Amino acid sequence: MSQIPPAKATGGAGDPSPWHRLRLMARPRATKANVFAALLTIILGFAMATQVRQNQVLGLESLRQGELVTILDNATLQSSRLEQSARELQATRDELVTDSTGGAAALAAAQKRLDALGILAGTARAHGPGIRMTIVDPAGKVDAPLLLNAIEELRDAGAEAIQVGDVRVVASSYFLSSGSGIEIDGTKVTRPYTILAIGDPQTMSSAMEIPGGLSETVRGLPATITITQQNELAVGALHTLRTPRYARLVAPPVSAAP
Amino acid sequence: MIPALGLLVGLAVGLFLHPAVPLALQPYLPIAVIAALDTVFGGVRAVLDGIFNDKVFVVSFLSNVVVAAFIVFLGDQLGVGSQLSTGVVVVLGIRIFSNVASIRRHLFRA
Repeated sequence: MSQIPPAKATGGAGDPSPWHRLRLMARPRATKANVFAALLTIILGFAMATQVRQNQVLGLESLRQGELVTILDNATLQSSRLEQSARELQATRDELVTDSTGGAAALAAAQKRLDALGILAGTARAHGPGIRMTIVDPAGKVDAPLLLNAIEELRDAGAEAIQVGDVRVVASSYFLSSGSGIEIDGTKVTRPYTILAIGDPQTMSSAMEIPGGLSETVRGLPATITITQQNELAVGALHTLRTPRYARLVAPPVSAAP
Repeated sequence: MIPALGLLVGLAVGLFLHPAVPLALQPYLPIAVIAALDTVFGGVRAVLDGIFNDKVFVVSFLSNVVVAAFIVFLGDQLGVGSQLSTGVVVVLGIRIFSNVASIRRHLFRA
């Protein structure tokens, strides 16, 4: 202890009780040194209160240079971390945006494909330029093979969607002569036969009219055939898909995950 | 008794006046406060030891405060201010603890 040299004992050395000593010391004594001590403790209390308040009020101003540098370092580090994270999030966002537009493109492509396949499979209605053929056959001479021939001719000429009467003709359609008419895919088609075909009207009507072709054959039966080219034609009949009983899809090769 | 009242008065004044610490004193005030506290506890201990002296108390109070502040000042000049103030606080803290332990032994015999 720096402050306690052996000096005169104010409390009385003979007194055994420390509490009594304290009480003796606590008596107000108007010595100069006591006044000084009181002054000093006032200053001490004042300084303590001031310092506590200062610490509560002040932020960075009361810190030392080293501490400030540390805080600055931390702030810089955190800022660079946040910047990094912002960059990553930005990249992710860009990726997602690109992905979604790519997804839209893929969706459009898929839809286009679906439409094309629907027209081919006869599950979608189709319209466009084409020809309308009417075969009037009062004698009932037109049979299934002849009609099938006509359909094949039309396909050769580029027909994309064909309808006979109310029946959509697709790849799996079959033709049967039945009594007074013709049965296509189990549906009876009655005379006169109306054939709608969507495709290039010029090419198809030419194909029908070639020597030895459909028109000549029909006229020789005898029956009449009229072909009209139309700029707008609607093939509205639909083919009902049946689930194949035997054929199964071959699983496409699994591509490596991206 | 008078010094104890003085401490309370000083605390009250400081709390009510909201004084601002001058910038030059800011690094030294906390250390000075710790040193003064150490002196006060040393004084109480001296009373219980029966060797208290008013003059010694006043002188040691002032010298402790000045020396503590000076050590920190010197540390700041040497560039080890924060380490040195930590060291001073540790030393003064140890002294306060030993003084309080001595006071406790006198008063409660434990």
